[in-house]
Amino acid sequence: MDIIKNPRVEWLNYRWLFLVVSLFFLLAGAISLGGKGLNLGVDFTGGTLVFVRFKERPELDRVRGALSTSDLNVEGVTRFDQPSKNQIQVRMGRISDQSESDLGKDSRDVVGVLKEEYDSQVDDGKIDLNNVAHTALTECLEKAASGIGCDQNLEAVSPEENSELESSLGNEEFGVLARRILDFRTARGGIISDDAELEEIGLSADLVEQIRENFYLGSFTIISVESVGPKVGRELQDKAINAIVFSLLGVLAYIAYRFKFIYGLAAIVALFHDVFITLGLFAFFDKEISLTVIAALLTLVGYSINDTIVIFDRVRENVLLMRRADFGSILNTSINQTLNRTVLTSGMTFLAVLALYLMGGQVLNGFSFALVIGVLVGTYSSIAVASPIVLWWQSRRAG
Amino acid sequence: MNRKTQYRLLAILFLVLASTLVFWRNGINLGLDLKGGIHLIVQVETGEALRAEAEQVRERLASALTDSEIRFDEVRLNEDLRIDVLSLNSVQVPLAEDVVERNALNWAYSRRDDGLQVRMLSAERRALLELTVRQAREVIQKRIDQYGVAEPSISVYGTGEVQDQIIIELPGVEDFDRVERLIGETANLEYKLVHPTLDQTFSSPESALEALGGNVPADYEILKFEPTNSTLRESPDSELYMVAKKAAAITGRHIKNARRSEDNFTGRSEVSFFLNAEGVSLFGEVTGNNVGNLLAIVLDDVIVSAPQIEGAIRQESARITGDFTREEAEDLALVLRSGALPASIRFLENRQIGPSLGADSIRNGLNASTLGLILVVLGMLVVYKLSGLNAILCLTLNLVFLGGALSYLDATLTLPGIAGVVLTIGMAVDANILIFERIKEEMRNGKTVRSAIESAFNRVFSTILDTNITTLVASVFLYQFGTGAVQGFAITLATGLLANIFTATFVSRTIFTAILQGRQPNRLSI
Repeated sequence: MDIIKNPRVEWLNYRWLFLVVSLFFLLAGAISLGGKGLNLGVDFTGGTLVFVRFKERPELDRVRGALSTSDLNVEGVTRFDQPSKNQIQVRMGRISDQSESDLGKDSRDVVGVLKEEYDSQVDDGKIDLNNVAHTALTECLEKAASGIGCDQNLEAVSPEENSELESSLGNEEFGVLARRILDFRTARGGIISDDAELEEIGLSADLVEQIRENFYLGSFTIISVESVGPKVGRELQDKAINAIVFSLLGVLAYIAYRFKFIYGLAAIVALFHDVFITLGLFAFFDKEISLTVIAALLTLVGYSINDTIVIFDRVRENVLLMRRADFGSILNTSINQTLNRTVLTSGMTFLAVLALYLMGGQVLNGFSFALVIGVLVGTYSSIAVASPIVLWWQSRRAG
Repeated sequence: MNRKTQYRLLAILFLVLASTLVFWRNGINLGLDLKGGIHLIVQVETGEALRAEAEQVRERLASALTDSEIRFDEVRLNEDLRIDVLSLNSVQVPLAEDVVERNALNWAYSRRDDGLQVRMLSAERRALLELTVRQAREVIQKRIDQYGVAEPSISVYGTGEVQDQIIIELPGVEDFDRVERLIGETANLEYKLVHPTLDQTFSSPESALEALGGNVPADYEILKFEPTNSTLRESPDSELYMVAKKAAAITGRHIKNARRSEDNFTGRSEVSFFLNAEGVSLFGEVTGNNVGNLLAIVLDDVIVSAPQIEGAIRQESARITGDFTREEAEDLALVLRSGALPASIRFLENRQIGPSLGADSIRNGLNASTLGLILVVLGMLVVYKLSGLNAILCLTLNLVFLGGALSYLDATLTLPGIAGVVLTIGMAVDANILIFERIKEEMRNGKTVRSAIESAFNRVFSTILDTNITTLVASVFLYQFGTGAVQGFAITLATGLLANIFTATFVSRTIFTAILQGRQPNRLSI
């Protein structure tokens, strides 16, 4: 099956049109980059991201209101992932150098504020089953079994009673029980909404009752925290830039060696064109640049270079075959000869990354967005940017 | 089928089996972003260790000079770790040089005015920095091992003069506060004698200074006093200070073991620790010589308790009491057991990925990738019919080789790593499309099926090589100069590209040859 039967398009005749289109997008990119600027993630700026999942759909204004009264440096509260997942993301500003030693503080403070707002009516002394960690849960289950509240000292019961208890029920057993409960919580997406659900994992009704007496089910849970100090942020930024610059130089050198210098240069210009336009769109849509997005940009670079080399390789072959023809028609022929391949490859890659964009969830969102744009721009630039540059160079030398 | 094709098929089969076997046995490491856990970067404050070493050298020099009856005004340690011996008698300078040479090995000295200037040699400085980081890493490793984490990864990293950052990855761990306590605590336990006459507490460093007559004696210092037992504190916010000797009577090196214990009367958690033989005899000596004075237990430069010495004690155990929860007492015992960090540490980065988020991203990512693959497979079958099967086989083998190689290299698959896999798949599909389009083109030019395939592979070979090698060059540089995420991308990409070159030029061709062997078809399902 042929997608396009025997194409004969005079691609290079449209080079002024291509130039206008590219300039338009580059300019638009420059304006949004200059105006709004890139939304750099905490990976690069330093700061803290706290991801919170609620039992019920949270009102963003209520969360914002609660957090704004605290002295936390909250920069934004946004919904995260599909609304049905009841997740929000709280972003907090740069951590100053002196508080760097206490990176955990921000997330603890967020928990404190939200607890005050959502779970303040809970009896004192009860522990939040949706936020408790393994050791504390183990200890509390042990206390519950001996009939005292979690806030009391287990040892305070009386030494004799205590030693009796430890011998009858080893610490180990409570640890295993706690692990089972926590695994169940994880399977439930990190939040349990009803104590009765615990019977599903085979806990006896008695035990569930004990748990109900000593624990409450908080309205939210912290599912992930990212804190990056400013020092690491700067380093990551520098290193990412270094890595990209060196790899581009490597690419330039290899293409210059295998083809000619101008081919390498044209490929690199096309790459910058692609990356710049993609970054411009990130700025325009206010999407965050994280380390994963950097990986996507690198993928885009790889894809775009691949596309360009396929055409150049055909040009190299045709230069030997079509000795009489002028360079423009060699380029046109080469693009036409590889056009079926270009359409098929781009089409399939586009479908694959589109699936990733639509279904990959929020974690992959920025990543797949960059690829969706990248496939389109990368394909376009091989024909519309890299090829005209080579033509322009050759005709200047000839003329 | 001829010999050559047979050997080729055997080679492919062998590689498939080897990859499957390696993958089967080793599996593949998933990064924390995919399976949940805690990722930390900590900075070892190596400067502290340098300063401590310089301070020791300074003290040694001062006492050695005094012992040799050399007169001097002061032996001073400067901000830049240079030690100045000031105002020597010019006749005694050579003598002083001799003392310095014997007491400050690996330090260089030079004459300056009427004194000497002593500097740490840069090789020594470097060795000390590296030693500090190595010790810090070992202590952290010990603490994490005792805490019990499956497959932790602890590695030294950094961009400065020496690598002074430690990356700690704890898969499956959720309790960050506890980890912070376990790793962040320097846990430097010392016994220091409290000033014999000024043995009360002060409400501020200034009032302590005043009581000392405005000048802290050279061998004393003012330390914060934070009794772990809150009943001793007047109010939660009040701060207390005491004056204690700088030099520790007993240090963490003398601790043999530590564990959580319970008070016999109140049943409260406390921490008991045990001294080794040298510690026991030192303890007896110090208590014997200072009956009636206070002996402070100092943890990380903060006095936690200061009992009165009632007589010479030669016992090996001692305890720290206070308002510990069971967990806190266990953690303190654990860090005391594993020894003190050689310098304090600072947290630079902290990522906690909850297990449910990790599970979510795997599920979403897998679903989406599967859908993407299905679309590609369908597309290849629709466009290239039976030849599409060849492409799909190549794609599958590519993934098998990639999985085997990553598993063999013990690489960790992260989210950015998956990006590398996506690009690999894209380029593998592209290689097949290139070949098939070329075959069609050659057939349109009137070639027979077999010679069209032959010449298509020959011509496309350079294209495939160039596209893959260009990207390979890029990924090698990315690996070399990048950090975690970028490296994760580079390693899967590089591996995938190598697999790609092999499947596209060798496997695909062999399959075509094997199928068309001994036949001279005039049509190809393509």
